[in-house]
Amino acid sequence: MPGTVQSVERAAAILHVVAGTRGALGVTDIAEAVGLAKTTTHGLLRTLLHVGFVEQDRETGRYTVGPGLRRLGSPLDVNEVRSRASNWADALAARSGHTVRLATLAGEEEVVVVHHVFRPDDSAQELEVGVALPARTTGLGKVLLAHSPEPRAARNAPDGRATELAEVRARGWAAERGEHEPGRGCIAAPVRGPGGPVVAALGVSGPVTSLFDGRGAPRGLLLGMVTDAAAAVSRELGYGGA
Amino acid sequence: MPDRYVLAVDQGTTSTRSLVFDRGGRMVAVRQREHRQHFPRPGWVEHDPMEIWANTRWTADQVLADVGAAGGVVALGIANQRETTVVWDRATGRPVLRALVWQDTRTAELVSELCARPDAGLVPERSGMAIAGYFSGPRLRWILEHVPRARERAERGELLFGTMETWLIWNLTGGPEGGRHVTDVTNASRTLLMDVRSCRWDPDLLAFFGIPAAMLPEIRPSVGMLGTATALAQPLPITGALGDQQAALFGQACFAPGEAKCTYGTGSFLLQNTGTELVRTRSGSISTVAYQLAGEPVRYALEGSVAVAGALVQWLRDGLGLIGTAPEVETLARTVADNGGCYVVPAFSGLLAPHWRGEARGLVAGLTSYVTKGHLARAVLEATGWQTRDVVRAMAADSGLSLPALRVDGGMTTNNLLMQFIADALDTPVVRPMVGETVSLGAAYAAGLAVGVWSDVEALRRNWHRAAQWTPSPETTRALTAEYPRWERAVQLSIAWGAP
Repeated sequence: MPGTVQSVERAAAILHVVAGTRGALGVTDIAEAVGLAKTTTHGLLRTLLHVGFVEQDRETGRYTVGPGLRRLGSPLDVNEVRSRASNWADALAARSGHTVRLATLAGEEEVVVVHHVFRPDDSAQELEVGVALPARTTGLGKVLLAHSPEPRAARNAPDGRATELAEVRARGWAAERGEHEPGRGCIAAPVRGPGGPVVAALGVSGPVTSLFDGRGAPRGLLLGMVTDAAAAVSRELGYGGA
Repeated sequence: MPDRYVLAVDQGTTSTRSLVFDRGGRMVAVRQREHRQHFPRPGWVEHDPMEIWANTRWTADQVLADVGAAGGVVALGIANQRETTVVWDRATGRPVLRALVWQDTRTAELVSELCARPDAGLVPERSGMAIAGYFSGPRLRWILEHVPRARERAERGELLFGTMETWLIWNLTGGPEGGRHVTDVTNASRTLLMDVRSCRWDPDLLAFFGIPAAMLPEIRPSVGMLGTATALAQPLPITGALGDQQAALFGQACFAPGEAKCTYGTGSFLLQNTGTELVRTRSGSISTVAYQLAGEPVRYALEGSVAVAGALVQWLRDGLGLIGTAPEVETLARTVADNGGCYVVPAFSGLLAPHWRGEARGLVAGLTSYVTKGHLARAVLEATGWQTRDVVRAMAADSGLSLPALRVDGGMTTNNLLMQFIADALDTPVVRPMVGETVSLGAAYAAGLAVGVWSDVEALRRNWHRAAQWTPSPETTRALTAEYPRWERAVQLSIAWGAP
C-alpha cells in the first residue's frame, strides 16, 4: 500500500481552511493556517484555482471557495448551460448559416434538446427545446454517448458502433449522415464542464449535402466553427480553469 | 472593397463595453470594463464619470487594437444609460460631483414639491412626460441647489451639463481643448427640459426647473455627425448616439409604426415605434423620442418601463437563497405545473409603467401551505410576464396600434418558460433576434448608417434574423386572460399597502 500523496493532503487542508472561513482569505493567512511556506501555498492555490475549486477576487487577490467545489457532485443545471451557451450558439448559427442545437443526455437511449437557435434564413421554424432525440443515430447523441461515464453498454456494443464512438472520443467530434432522418445530418462536438466531464453536445444540423462533401468529410470551415464554439462554451462553463 | 466595421460603445449601468460589428451586423470583437457603484446614502446611487471615461477610452482602444489597424473601423456610435446626470467644469474637465445615476431617488422630495406647483401642468404638456424623479431635469436641479456656487457658475457658462453620451462625446472630442458639447435628441428628451415637438430646449421648462441655458448641450439628431473622437488611438467620426433603450429599438430594426421590442434585464423596457406621430398618452405609457436621422423628421415611440424584472430573480437568488444562479429559476419553476395561486408583485421601490405609483411596495399574495418554492419561482417569472401585459395593454389603449410580434432581447430571453408565458399572456408571438447585443448593435447601426456602411434602414432590416420564436397557445391564452384580474388585484393591494 503506497503512502499518501503529500500535495493532495496539503490541498485538502487548504480547502478546509478556505471553506471554513466566512470571508475571503489572503495567501498569507492561508499559509499560516495550514503551516506551509507562502510559495508552496501559492502554488497549490494556483492549481486549485485552475480546477475551479477556489476563486480569487480580482481586486483584493483574496481567495474563496470556487464554483467547481460548490457544484461538486451535482450536475450542471441545463438552464444555466443554455444561458451561458447562448451568445456562442447565436454566433455559430450566424456564421455557419445552419440550425444550432445544444443537447444533454437523458438516460442511455435519448438526448434532450436544451437550446435551439433557428437557421438564420427567417423561414418558419419551430422551437425544439425539450424535444427528445435518439442517442444512437444523432450526432449530438453520439458525442454524449462517446463521453458518457455511465455503464459502457453502448460503447462496448459488439457492432461497429463501439468503433465509431471510440473515434468520436479520439477526434473530438461526431457526424450524422442521414441515420436519423434521411438526407439530414449534423456535426457535433463536446461541451465540457469544470474539471473536464462532458456536460452537453453542441452541433449544427441541416441537409447532409450542405454539411458534408462527396467523400463524407465536413465542408469547408464548418468543423472548426463547431469545435471552436463548443470549446468557447466549455470555457464559459469554467472548463480549463479561471 | 475591404470590409468596413463600426465601433459601438455601450455605456451601461454596471459596465462600459466597446464592440466592433461587421456589415452583416455580426459582432467581431468586444472589450468590457465594470465601474464602481457608489451608494453614499440609502436611495443614492452614483458613478464616477472619470472612471467611466477612462473605461470608455480603454475598452475602445483595446477593441480597435484587437481588430487591428487593417480592420477598417470607420465610425463610432454610442449608446448610454439614460437619465444619469453629470455636471462638470468646462475649463478643467472635472465633474463637480459624481454622476447621479438613473436609479438614484434623492430627488423624491424635490419632485413632490415641483408637482404641487400650480404651473406643473406645463411639464407633461411640453416635454411629453410627467414630472418624475426618473428623469434627469430634477437631478440637475438638485445638483445646482446642493453644490456650492454651482448655479452662478453655471449661469456664467463655467459648468456644463450632460447625460452620459454628452460627457463621453465632450471628452472624446478633446475635453477642455475644444470638446464638442452635444446631446442626441433621444437623451435630450429624457430631461423634461426639451419641447418634445420642436426638439429644442424649452425656455419655459428651463424657467420651471431653474436651469441656466448656458450649461446645456446642443441637441443633435441621433444619426449624423457629432464630432471626431481624437482622444482614441485611431481618430474616428462619432456619427451615432442613442439612449440605450432607443438603441435597442434601433438594433431590433423596429423602424415601422407598431413594431416593438422589449429588453428584459434588471428591469424591462418596452418601446413601440409610433412613427412621426407623437401619441398623447392617457393610460400610463410614456411618449418618447425613438430616433432621428439627420435631415429627417423625428420618430417617436411609446415606452413602458418596469423597474423590476430580472432583479426579482436576483432577489430569489441573493435575498432568499432559493437558487444558486439566475438561470436555475427555470429549473425550480418547472418542478410545478402552475403558480399554485401565488402572485408576487415586485414593487420594491414603487411601480413604474403603467401605474406610476412610487408608494407601492412589494407583496406575495395567495400564500397557502400548498405553496412551495417551485410555485414561488413560477410566480416570480410570471410577474415579469404580467407586467409586460400591463404595459402592452396601456400602449394599445394609447396608440391604437396593434402589436404584430414582440421582439425581445436581454438576459432573460434564454428563459423558455418566461418567453412562452409572455407569448401566451399577450396572445402575440415573441421573437428573439440572432444578435442579442441589440443596444450596442443599435449604436453601431446609427453610426454606420450616417457614413454609408449601410445604405438605409431597409438594409438594416435585412440584417435582422430570427433566432427563436415562441408562439401563443390558444388554450393557455384563454386561461391567462381569465386569470389576469387576480394579478390586477394583487397590484392594487401592493399600491394600497404602500399608501401612507
